[in-house]
Amino acid sequence: MLVIRADLVDEIVAHARRDHPNEACGVIAGPEGSGRPERFIPMVNAAALPGYPGFHHPETGTLRFGDTFYVWESKADLLLNRELDARDETMVVIYHSHTKPGSEAYPSVIDTEIAQGFPDDVHHVIVGMQHPEAPGRPDVRSYRIVGAGLVEAGLVEEAVDVVESYMFAHTGADDVPDSV
Amino acid sequence: MATVSIPTILRTHTGGEKSVEAKGATVAEVIDDLDSRHSGLRDRLITNGNLHRFVNVYVDDEDVRFAGGLQAPVKDASTVTILPAVAGGVR
Repeated sequence: MLVIRADLVDEIVAHARRDHPNEACGVIAGPEGSGRPERFIPMVNAAALPGYPGFHHPETGTLRFGDTFYVWESKADLLLNRELDARDETMVVIYHSHTKPGSEAYPSVIDTEIAQGFPDDVHHVIVGMQHPEAPGRPDVRSYRIVGAGLVEAGLVEEAVDVVESYMFAHTGADDVPDSV
Repeated sequence: MATVSIPTILRTHTGGEKSVEAKGATVAEVIDDLDSRHSGLRDRLITNGNLHRFVNVYVDDEDVRFAGGLQAPVKDASTVTILPAVAGGVR
């Protein structure tokens, strides 16, 4: 289960709205070993930048840009990893939005392939932005990688518990312990 | 010897080490040398003779995709960083 503060979910959704109709992407980092998402870090979708040559999608054979694909710029990836290392943080949540009509918050084949590059405790969050103008929080779903290898691996949905603070969420955060 | 920074997911191949040393004048040679001591690493990085499309490799902070790919030169004091790429999106 992903336990996550409401303000962080709101940040993800606000980013998804800002970048719509392009896919938004980013990370929520947390202290190493805590499994607790704390620091919101939006990333640039390089596929949405002018001059992006397009990504040849292996499944559909189509050329993809920022509205149907996202990719972190490799230099930004390097700098982020270095910053997280220096702060003893890890990527607790890796998020992105799906924006096309009919493209709900379910992982694609590439989403699964990418998830295999990360430890199995990383939460892969997808926001479904089919109705960006609709009031309220859009569909926010979280997945974890299960299994290994191209055939066996899959992303399995998990529950998302949105909390106001981690103080009583048994995550050991907010400087005040849960009652024992 | 170049220093190679290993991402979390591949540390099972290096006995948990975050950073290992390897020799080679190119990225391909460095990966071969790594694989000779940390078996299985090559297959995680190279597919059909090319760098796996969702793995980023940097030599002294330069993405090798823009610097000769697997033939990108590596110096004796170089730092080689391997990271999982992050990408995806709708079907």
